[in-house]
Amino acid sequence: MTADKTTPPSDQAYLRIEDLTKRFGQFTALDRISLDINQGEFVCFLGPSGCGKTTLLRAIAGLDIQDEGRISMDGRDVSFSPPAARDFGIVFQSYALFPNLTVADNVSYGLVNQRWSRQNIRDRVAELLELVGLPEQGDKYPVQLSGGQQQRVALARALATSPGLLLLDEPLSALDARVRLRLREQIRELQRRLGVTTVMVTHDQEEALTMADRIVVMNHGVIEQVGTPADVYANPATAFVADFVGTMSFFEGKLAAPGQLTLAGINLACADDRGLTPGSRVTVGLRPEEVRVRNLDPDQPNTMQVRVDDLEYLGAFCRARLVTETGGAVILADFSANLMRDMAVSLNQTLTVSLPPESLHVFATPIEDLASEEAA
Amino acid sequence: MSLTVSRQPTGAISRRRALLIPSENFVAGALVVLLSAFLLISIALPLYALLSKSFLNRQGEFVGLENYAAYFANPILVDSLFNSLFIAALSTAIVIPLAFTYAYALTRTCMPAKPLFYALALLPLFAPSLMSALSLVYIFGNQGFLRGLLFGNTIYGPIGITIAQVTYTFPHAVLILVTALGLSDGRLYEVANALGTPKTRIFRTVTLPGAQYGLISASFVVFTLVITDFGIPKVIGGQYNVLATDVYRAVVGQQNFERGAVVGMILLVPAVLAFAVDRLVNRRQVALLSARAVPYQPAPNTARDMGFVAYCLVVAFLVAAALGVAVWASFITYWPWNLSFTTANYNFPRFEPAGWNPYFTSVKMAALASIIGTVVIFTGAYVIEKTKAFPMARGFAHFLAMLPVAVPGLVLGLGYVFFFNAPWNPLNIFYATLTILVVNTITHFFTVSHITALTALKQIDREFESVSASLKVPFWNTFRRVTVPICLPAILDIAVYLFINAMTTVSAVIFLYGAHTKLASISIVHMDEAGFIAAAAAMATLIVATSIGVKALHIVLDRYVLARFQFWRRK
Ligand SMILES: Nc1ncnc2c1ncn2[C@@H]1O[C@H](COP(=O)(O)OP(=O)(O)O)[C@@H](O)[C@H]1O
Ligand SMILES: [Mg+2]
Repeated sequence: MTADKTTPPSDQAYLRIEDLTKRFGQFTALDRISLDINQGEFVCFLGPSGCGKTTLLRAIAGLDIQDEGRISMDGRDVSFSPPAARDFGIVFQSYALFPNLTVADNVSYGLVNQRWSRQNIRDRVAELLELVGLPEQGDKYPVQLSGGQQQRVALARALATSPGLLLLDEPLSALDARVRLRLREQIRELQRRLGVTTVMVTHDQEEALTMADRIVVMNHGVIEQVGTPADVYANPATAFVADFVGTMSFFEGKLAAPGQLTLAGINLACADDRGLTPGSRVTVGLRPEEVRVRNLDPDQPNTMQVRVDDLEYLGAFCRARLVTETGGAVILADFSANLMRDMAVSLNQTLTVSLPPESLHVFATPIEDLASEEAA
Repeated sequence: MSLTVSRQPTGAISRRRALLIPSENFVAGALVVLLSAFLLISIALPLYALLSKSFLNRQGEFVGLENYAAYFANPILVDSLFNSLFIAALSTAIVIPLAFTYAYALTRTCMPAKPLFYALALLPLFAPSLMSALSLVYIFGNQGFLRGLLFGNTIYGPIGITIAQVTYTFPHAVLILVTALGLSDGRLYEVANALGTPKTRIFRTVTLPGAQYGLISASFVVFTLVITDFGIPKVIGGQYNVLATDVYRAVVGQQNFERGAVVGMILLVPAVLAFAVDRLVNRRQVALLSARAVPYQPAPNTARDMGFVAYCLVVAFLVAAALGVAVWASFITYWPWNLSFTTANYNFPRFEPAGWNPYFTSVKMAALASIIGTVVIFTGAYVIEKTKAFPMARGFAHFLAMLPVAVPGLVLGLGYVFFFNAPWNPLNIFYATLTILVVNTITHFFTVSHITALTALKQIDREFESVSASLKVPFWNTFRRVTVPICLPAILDIAVYLFINAMTTVSAVIFLYGAHTKLASISIVHMDEAGFIAAAAAMATLIVATSIGVKALHIVLDRYVLARFQFWRRK
């Protein structure tokens, strides 16, 4: 084994991307992307469809060479190397299994070319199929396998030559929800076991949050934020990230004084005002699960009276639409089934809620820009 | 779990690989260049030679539009132009409704024996165009058993040309219209019926608009086929001059290359127009059908279905008769006085100095064109579609590959005469050889085969080449191990298409054959010219039999042999 989960990633970046730019005609798909990925790390590129994730992955693979910028792998400059001169395995959304070859022949496709002995190839194929949980399936053809099984064959094929880097482009998006959940765990487990540096592209924030060591959030060809899942969720760097990862309600507000916000005529304290100049217009974000209703101290900051305007039943919890008594601002709040029962929350009821200062995220982007972004 | 076996000492291998890396791009680039060079020589330069010839005088001096002016100043030649337009328009006006009704029966009714009727409609594709003209000579000619039906008119002229052209172009129109009518959205009919729309109104508001692009496309294709066809007016045109026979006379008879070039350029006009319309229409047709469309499922309706059976029986009978009479006549001793069976008409040395050789030359040429053409076209399409090297060159090669369909055979043949027969051209050593016939035939039928190959290749996962690259397997290995096996059905289609067309074509090769390379289809023209109609019919029968035999072999191979190798498609 090359690494196990206790080994911390080394400081030396395994994959280094510097100022990468890629254009398609007039359109800039990647705009000066810089990123370091460490040995053994599992990194997710997360972003909406069309933001350039695949383009970045293909540039790393050498399948579509960038217009500007450099890429080095394992200390070697591979900026303009063809794919065959780089050291990676890749799994596509479509799996791209060769339909006329058996599972075993698919897995050994790259080995045959490296002139391994027949016995070595057979052992290696058996080992890999075992690894992905498909022992004894080597003689089948891809069409005889389920989607999830095909995906694992593709994974085995990509890993066959023991590449230093594993690239996965939306590997789970074509699968059923249930299979997807199981494969998430399997892929992650496998990756930890092999310690292979992995980049996975996804537009599914939940997938990124559950699988990644680090998430790279992308939008319109630029990186918005790089961080651990907890970091990205709890401290979104931009309004886009806040909106894309998890749910957030946004308000138009003003920074009245350092740490002091005014929105809809209500004064609120915030923990982090990002050092913006007092008086500037800001957008304030709040996650629905941060709205407190229970055990409120009388001197709790940021308390207010709200009316329950609408309740949406979502199984384990309810999403409530709350309207503030003053100002009529709309706040989304998630109430657990427990809380709903204990407090007998009902429509048009008036509640006292508190918005903890550390849960108010302040962004310099004006709210109109955020809305137009969404419409685009 | 141990993965220590995974890393072999790969130093030597990776060094060898390093040597291979540039060569992959190099090979792809070299293939693109080869393909472009082939197409440049086989289509672009001959066309250019034709174009420039039409602006030069006999001495090779530039004379502007003088040749054109001379052409239009000659009333006999202008008559031919109008005759050609008239025949083409008339044939189109007849064949489109006939074919539309037939295609409608095949797609929108519950008529029995549809595959049989479809096959019968396609029969003329397996024969040289002039075969139906030969049949007409037997039916309505001076000794014809039905000549009374002409009320004293002669079959040698516009009547004969038109009937023969209708037969010859019928399958082409049916193919296009079956596709157009097959691409319908059943939902539209459900909605229309739910709203209580009368049948005639549904036909007018749903069916016709849905098929309009197919109708336009078919009309242009038929018009072009007729105006550029040479075999039929040659056999049954009599004194009635048309453009195609003018070209032949100007070039072969009078050696007037300038005039031939002018007529060739005129013939290029409808063909280029048809090509442009077809491109345009194709794009619309695809857009018409949303991804959610549900194919139309006709419901049985005994009266309607029987009506269409009757119609199809009559049409299919006429089509079959238009070929069958020639076959029959080829086995008859002396039409119409001695109808006893004989094989004497197949004793070709009696009728034509080359004897049986043209037939064998044709088979050899068709086999070569089929094999070489399939390799060139499929590999070319692969390089264009799946490799990344030289995007400009690949775009150029694709453009050239799409050109031949807009160039009628007669025009292509003329271009070859001007280009390959030019004294300055070192390639003129190929003139009148089998090589040039093979190259000409491959080029003539390049586009349709190229599109077939591209379509098959586009259906393959786009990432196969990427996967191979990541596994450090050069693309030609993947081509051999994966692409070709997957595309085998399409590859066979191309090979058979090339073979059959090589067997039946007359127009391009009529200018290019030599003493030792006369083809069967040309031999038919010569024997007919010499008055040996029965022998001409016999040679035509051989061509049809060979084409149909190859097609039958194709079907068997496709159904029973290929299916065995395609087990991986089955669940
Ligand atoms: N070959 C191409 N030609 C032109 N535009 C492209 C090409 N590939 C991608 N794009 C554009 O670049 C943008 C990013 O694409 P992509 O990287 O595939 O996005 P995603 O994040 O969904 O994977 C998209 O707007 C897409 O339309
Ligand atoms: Mg993508």
